[in-house]
Amino acid sequence: MTTVPKIALKDVTKHFGPKKVLNGIDLEVAKGESLVVIGGSGTGKSVMLKSILGLLTPDSGSIKVDGVETTRLRSREREKMLHKFGMLFQGAALFDSLTVWENVAFGLIQGAHMSRSQAKEIAVAKLGAVGLTPDVAELSPAELSGGMQKRVGLARAIADEPEIIFFDEPTTGLDPIMADVINELIVQCVKDLGATAVTITHDMASARKIADRIAMIYQGRIIWTGHARDIDNSGNAYVDQFVHGRADGPIKMQIKAL
Amino acid sequence: MGFLAATGRAFLIFLEATGRLALFTGSALSHCVRPPLYPRQILRQMIDIGYYSLPVVGLTALFTGMVLALQSYSGFSRFQAEGAIATVVVLSITRELGPVLAGLMVAGRIGAAMAAEIGTMRVTEQIDALSTLSTNPYKYLVAPRLIAGLTMVPLLVIVADIIGVFGGFLVGVYRLDFNAASYINRTWEFLEPLDVISGLVKAAIFGFLIALMGCYHGYHSKGGAQGVGAATTNAVVSASIMILVWNYLITGLFFSTK
Repeated sequence: MTTVPKIALKDVTKHFGPKKVLNGIDLEVAKGESLVVIGGSGTGKSVMLKSILGLLTPDSGSIKVDGVETTRLRSREREKMLHKFGMLFQGAALFDSLTVWENVAFGLIQGAHMSRSQAKEIAVAKLGAVGLTPDVAELSPAELSGGMQKRVGLARAIADEPEIIFFDEPTTGLDPIMADVINELIVQCVKDLGATAVTITHDMASARKIADRIAMIYQGRIIWTGHARDIDNSGNAYVDQFVHGRADGPIKMQIKAL
Repeated sequence: MGFLAATGRAFLIFLEATGRLALFTGSALSHCVRPPLYPRQILRQMIDIGYYSLPVVGLTALFTGMVLALQSYSGFSRFQAEGAIATVVVLSITRELGPVLAGLMVAGRIGAAMAAEIGTMRVTEQIDALSTLSTNPYKYLVAPRLIAGLTMVPLLVIVADIIGVFGGFLVGVYRLDFNAASYINRTWEFLEPLDVISGLVKAAIFGFLIALMGCYHGYHSKGGAQGVGAATTNAVVSASIMILVWNYLITGLFFSTK
């Protein structure tokens, strides 16, 4: 029996107006592994994640989740497919009209049709798992600090125990200590759930901590993939430049707008 | 040459916007009638539109009724037709001013709030978060607002009709020294059910248009705070213009003499 990759992208392209954002992405994520995709701003990382989730429709190419083609799913089938996913958004994207626990329980109440009291119990437990006390549950998201919002976002992403979790720049905008706390929580949560994780980031400390495998995206293409421990001797000039954060190298920053 | 190109481009943009709005409307309507509906969200929107708009709509109606009585007195007294004032007030309010002015006030209050709320949810990725939690944003955000707009604005207009006529009565009796009983008599004498019904049909359509414009512009807003600001302005302006245009069309439909 050959193993089917959890997520498989083949030659995925996407453009916005004249700008080609994804330029033939090929990527496979095995079940249970934690893949970190690194790359600069505007290289197509977020677009790739949103294409897998179906928030954006790619122009061409194939995206398979558990071997099932997802690019042409109807909206009801897509909703079903999305039950497998949890996502932590860059700005946490908490619903500000709801309390913290209602945010965490959202997928349980709306998606899994659980009763509110039962969902609240689980929500409080999940908040505990990310280090937040039950009294936070009744607050509104606007009353929380950035790091706490990220934790609530994480609790929401893991609440209905997804098979696949996406993390969109989980440490951006946090101080180094809070960033490390979030990194550890991510590692812990992914391990506890046995989930497949895809993280996009440009924070190398975070990438080293979270990743089993690292892929580098540049100009809408995956230019390197390898084991996380090989990142320092990748033999790839682009990867080297990114990992060490040098201004000189093969990657030229676009200073002027196109 | 440049002029032709500019005209063509503007026309294409117009066609594209019309098509996008038509698709949005179709999609939103289909979600209004297919389960699951979100009663909690519908109720919240109904309270917001129906209950919290009462003061502003009531005040508008009161002063409109009062000024109508005052104006028609000063006009009609020139040809000794003061007796028609009560009729003029009740017909103007129920057929035209009740629905139109209530619609415009609600457009300013509710249309703007909807566009701002949904627009902010768009730019902070909350709408994407809804999708990843297996909740259709059309169903959760748009459908409840459309349903609430469609049902609540007619109720508001019934209240506006009553308060407006009462405003006319106050001025008629206490300022212009009409006999109270005969003023009320005159009010009922020429009023036909169709006068009120046409006004309520208008109100339902206006309510739908207000919610539609608020949701549409919010849903498609982009570019941070400025984008949300533009969406809010567009929602109010387009709703107001649509109200005035549809008001004419519906009046033509109900009362054309041919």
